[in-house]
Amino acid sequence: MRVDNITLSLAWRNLWRHPRRTWLTVGAMVFSNILLVFMISLQFGMYRVMYDNSLSLITGHLQVQAEGYIDEPRIRSTVPAAGGLANALRQAMPANNVAVRAMAFALVSSAERSFGVQVVGVQPAYEPGVSNLPGLVKQGRFLNASDERAAVIGSSLSRNLKVGLGDELTLFGSGRDGSFAAGIANVVGIFESGSNDIDRSFMQIPLTDFQEIFFMEDQAHSIVVMTPDLFELEPAMATMRYIVDADGLVVHDWDELQPGLKQSVQADMASAWFMYAVLIVLVAFSVLNTQLMSVLDRTREFGIVMALGLAPIRLGRLVFLETGIMAGMGLLLGVAAGSAVVSWFGFYGFTYPGLEEMSARFNLPGRIYPSASFASLVWGPSVVFLACLAAAIYPAAKLLRLQPVAAMRAA
Amino acid sequence: MTPMPVAVLFRLAWRNLWRNYRRTIIMLAAITLGVWAMLFMTAVMRGMVDDMVQTAVRSLPGHVQIHHPEYRDDPSIANSMPPPDQLLLDALAQAGVVAWAGRVRVPAVITSERDTRGTTLVGIDPEAEAGLSFVADDIVEGRFLGSPDDKGLVVGRKMIDDLETRLGRRVVVMSQDPDNEIIDRGFRIVGVYEAKLENLEEAFVFTGRRYAQSMLNMDESISEIGVLGKSYRDVSDLSHLKQLEGSAREVLPWYELDAYLGTMLSTMDGFVLVWIIVVFLTLSFGLVNTLVMAVFERIREIGLMQALGMRPSMILIQVLLETFLLLAVGLAAGNLLAVVSVAALSDGIDLSIVSEAMQWMGVANVLYPTLEIRDLVTTNVVVIVLGLLAGLSPAWRASRYQPVEALTKV
Repeated sequence: MRVDNITLSLAWRNLWRHPRRTWLTVGAMVFSNILLVFMISLQFGMYRVMYDNSLSLITGHLQVQAEGYIDEPRIRSTVPAAGGLANALRQAMPANNVAVRAMAFALVSSAERSFGVQVVGVQPAYEPGVSNLPGLVKQGRFLNASDERAAVIGSSLSRNLKVGLGDELTLFGSGRDGSFAAGIANVVGIFESGSNDIDRSFMQIPLTDFQEIFFMEDQAHSIVVMTPDLFELEPAMATMRYIVDADGLVVHDWDELQPGLKQSVQADMASAWFMYAVLIVLVAFSVLNTQLMSVLDRTREFGIVMALGLAPIRLGRLVFLETGIMAGMGLLLGVAAGSAVVSWFGFYGFTYPGLEEMSARFNLPGRIYPSASFASLVWGPSVVFLACLAAAIYPAAKLLRLQPVAAMRAA
Repeated sequence: MTPMPVAVLFRLAWRNLWRNYRRTIIMLAAITLGVWAMLFMTAVMRGMVDDMVQTAVRSLPGHVQIHHPEYRDDPSIANSMPPPDQLLLDALAQAGVVAWAGRVRVPAVITSERDTRGTTLVGIDPEAEAGLSFVADDIVEGRFLGSPDDKGLVVGRKMIDDLETRLGRRVVVMSQDPDNEIIDRGFRIVGVYEAKLENLEEAFVFTGRRYAQSMLNMDESISEIGVLGKSYRDVSDLSHLKQLEGSAREVLPWYELDAYLGTMLSTMDGFVLVWIIVVFLTLSFGLVNTLVMAVFERIREIGLMQALGMRPSMILIQVLLETFLLLAVGLAAGNLLAVVSVAALSDGIDLSIVSEAMQWMGVANVLYPTLEIRDLVTTNVVVIVLGLLAGLSPAWRASRYQPVEALTKV
């Protein structure tokens, strides 16, 4: 739209004929823009923590598994010669962390108690690279490469089994071939992940012990890979597919491994977008109302200038320009104030009563830090801006049908 | 001059509202949309939380649960309790208790010839369990347990797949007795259940209570008593049970048993209010604007009325009445729209495209929006009260004009 200086200054002056009305309309935009900027940044901040916490604890970014293991995790669906394959992967993609794991259920007994527990065989040297569980050991230490018959368990499990560091545990389960499997392990470390479910149901032992107890030979159940960037998995996947060139083995990304995660984010986004859409439409209504009034107020005035020869299209342009100036002010003020709010909460964190109790279940912290990015700051306000311009279509179109004489006679 | 009769004020306010019908209609559309969004969103959230709580309550806890004080932190056989004494039996017989059942509930490991899984072995009285928990109603294959002495095992669909076994086959269940002797016992699978949430199908395997007691050498002891009242929302009918709490037993309502759900329910109330207020604030800018313009257009008229002796307070009341009418019409339309749209969705909203997420959060695939009376009341009261507050400033200004100044205004 070509705009000359006169139209611009006309539009500007027109806006300030009713300062209260203009400020109220801009106020609606600023209000909704601050909300949008804050909510969207908060969402992004929360999603990042959700991804990090749920993937870095156990799942990792990519895993090599036997075909079908993902749906039916059976002890005999194994990755053969897993240690050698993991070494090959480490050489091919040095920027990534790679570790081998094996998993089975077993009845774990102490002198006083017995519980069914998921036993995980890990490579002590590599596990800290793919999981933050080793870093959460609060008593004792994590496994090390020379450990034999050692175990790390969760704090709730240690309480329930009534064992401490140095105590012996007995494992009963079934081995890969279905035969009876038994072994012993001494507790060397106790971790606290913050999630009661995990702290109650996990036990880690060295992979070599696991393979011996459960008759696994050189096999395991998954090779876990942690990449530098969770959203740039394609190169790593391609390399892995090339190296893992065996029948019956597949590479899964985190979305396949934890389908609930991405979908929770999508479900949350859907409900968030419903709320945003409502706010945006309401602001657009407010603009529509203001602009329609401002056009109707000036019917006579418009009739006169049209009678003097001004093309109706230029009047339409004027109305759009007025709306554009208001929407621009709303955008700038909204983004500025929104950024201030976001940076304040980005520093101090945002919480509300009950958040802590609820997020504990998903192993999330009780405080959310909004994450500001260009997209999160500008997305919402830009949509508001466009919605406001769209709202001016009807009032502007009314002008095109205006008859000068009738308009001049209007009350 | 006597105050104008209310009927006249009403008629004036109503007519004023329609003098600029376009503006009024736009504002009404905005209020209607806002009110609909407040109610609809709330109904969807309520439906979701309702479903979560009901599913959770049916997956064993009941509305109130009685167990050994240590049992919650350490769900071991060592923390079981004696069967209910006469005092407790009397309390459980009182009005308010719809159903109750004692259970044995211990951690266990289940093994087929193919695989091993961790689970919870639950010994139940099949008749008492009907209506109280999900198992009795959700058997899809085979039969439910017949009596507390039933030696059969009822397992979940997912569990039977995990173990690569099937109905009629034998599995071994391992657990411990009170002296930490490992007990293992062969069971025949007599029934398979399905649950709304897949992880429940792995969480529990069921057998007869007396059979479990004899297998685990625990005499007549039980792990817990689940009690069902009339409604999960209000467990005050069951408060007499709380008085029987002592050193040997703990009595907890579901919202303390599952802190996540309890907090969820109370946070929801806060969320609903915040949502209503946010939508209203967004609306309020347009509302105030509309009123300011309406007053501005009528300055001369207001001046004339004042010159003729109308008192400022009457003008204030008239503008507030106009605000009230605007809000009331918008609310009526918004409420109607919300009721209609919730009724139209009474078959539920299908969420199966995000089913994994729903399972994760403990929600079933179909969501039933529920419009609650108290949410309707909250919404309407908030909108009317805040709306009149927003109308106060333009109304005040209108009543403060000097007649002469107002009359001579262009």
